[in-house]
Amino acid sequence: MFLLNNLILSAAPNWDRYINIAESSFLPLLKGALVYSIPMAIISFIIGITIAVLTALFRISGIKILSGIARVYISIIRGTPLLVQLFIIFFGLPRVGINLDPLTAGIIGFSLNTGAYASEIIRAAILSIPKGQWESSYSIGMSYVQSLRRIILPQATRVSIPPLSNSFISLVKDTSLASTITVAEMFRKSQEIVANTYEPLLLYSEAALIYWIICFILSLGQDQIENRLNRYVKT
Amino acid sequence: MLSIQQLHKSFGDLEVLNGIDLKVEQGKVVVVVGPSGSGKTTLLRCLNILETPTKGSVSIEGQTLDFDQKVSKKDIRTLRRKTGMVFQTYNLFPHKTALENVIEGPITVQKVDKSEAKEKGIHLLEKVGLGDKVDYYPFQLSGGQQQRVGIARALAMDPEVMLFDEPTSALDPELVGEVLRVMKELAQEGMTMVVVTHEMGFAKDVADEVIFMDNGSIVERGKPGHIFSNPKNERTRKFLNLINE
Ligand SMILES: Nc1ncnc2c1ncn2[C@@H]1O[C@H](COP(=O)(O)OP(=O)(O)O)[C@@H](O)[C@H]1O
Ligand SMILES: [Mg+2]
Repeated sequence: MFLLNNLILSAAPNWDRYINIAESSFLPLLKGALVYSIPMAIISFIIGITIAVLTALFRISGIKILSGIARVYISIIRGTPLLVQLFIIFFGLPRVGINLDPLTAGIIGFSLNTGAYASEIIRAAILSIPKGQWESSYSIGMSYVQSLRRIILPQATRVSIPPLSNSFISLVKDTSLASTITVAEMFRKSQEIVANTYEPLLLYSEAALIYWIICFILSLGQDQIENRLNRYVKT
Repeated sequence: MLSIQQLHKSFGDLEVLNGIDLKVEQGKVVVVVGPSGSGKTTLLRCLNILETPTKGSVSIEGQTLDFDQKVSKKDIRTLRRKTGMVFQTYNLFPHKTALENVIEGPITVQKVDKSEAKEKGIHLLEKVGLGDKVDYYPFQLSGGQQQRVGIARALAMDPEVMLFDEPTSALDPELVGEVLRVMKELAQEGMTMVVVTHEMGFAKDVADEVIFMDNGSIVERGKPGHIFSNPKNERTRKFLNLINE
């Protein structure tokens, strides 16, 4: 009887302890998100979009060498797991004398990844703009670059915002992979706390909740941008 | 003055223009008619080199491009800037207001000061009867209004020659008149124009010369009264009967 009682007691949730751990872990997790996860995502996205625009322009340039380079790059990145790419950059490259700190390695990996996926989005958006837009730009004397910059890309941007927003939200979540190359981002922080407290359900759920809140805020931002860019189309 | 000599254009094996000769004197209006697929659009697009002719030459106001030789991009752009093009489907820039459409060329290409370009743009929009629509986006305008913005946009580059490719054929009938009126005013002001249109009333009133095209060749040309009342060519006659039905 005494034994049974004891068993039930130890299986019953100890709410005070949970609340305590949740409270004390919240700030470290948030710090991991604010100092590593989010900045890493933002920087990688900016670099990635730059790579993506260039890659998309290479692909539609009609110049064989350039479009060939772009194709090979996209094929390699899309055909290999992001986790493997990160391992090659962080653990592999030191073998050829390239030593990167974890954060830099992560940013390089995420940028290259975003660049490949987003370039296909941007290419499709550029190709979706009617040929007549190029022709009317040319007809008022604009060059290829002027037409692209002033007429085509602004319209392609509107088309590509929804899929690019999805890419960014995926990227924010994918930064959790950087835990495997020792970046002290939010997910790695939660793993460390689990190692001390043995509360995986609590800590990983807390991390999931914070990711969810971040992505929710981002999707609100996406709506804002879409509304702004849709001001010149019939709704 | 605009002149083309022995202009040929083919797409692969398809010969679309078979040696066109044409001269348009300063201030004259030439109307081009002909059945669908006869090469009218291609002819206009060769005049501002949106299509590169296969053979022959195009000259506008003292600049000649000879397509029997290699032609540089720079020369093409110089020639193109002497022409203004009005498209069948308007092709306005949807992300820009009426005024922004009109001043895009002056600002980006001619590097005109923005406030100066705006002043001129507003003036041009007033001229085509859209002084109250400067800040409207294309989707907020009717087809006829959009086409008039298209005309103002082309005029903003101070072209020597205006090219019109069936400017009213995409419009609802009640909107055709407002566009033709603007074109007529332009002609009266002495603008040199090449107009592809099936608006016979416009051709009779405004054209100095009417050209009938069929199968990539000019098969008949002359004064509008002459062509419409007394066509010599069998195909011209057939075509005009069809149109007048
Ligand atoms: N880019 C192109 N590629 C291939 N064929 C074309 C192209 N543009 C026009 N054509 C062909 O050239 C012919 C003349 O077309 P077009 O100049 O548009 O005639 P129109 O304006 O008199 O109706 C048509 O047979 C058309 O199919
Ligand atoms: Mg046509």
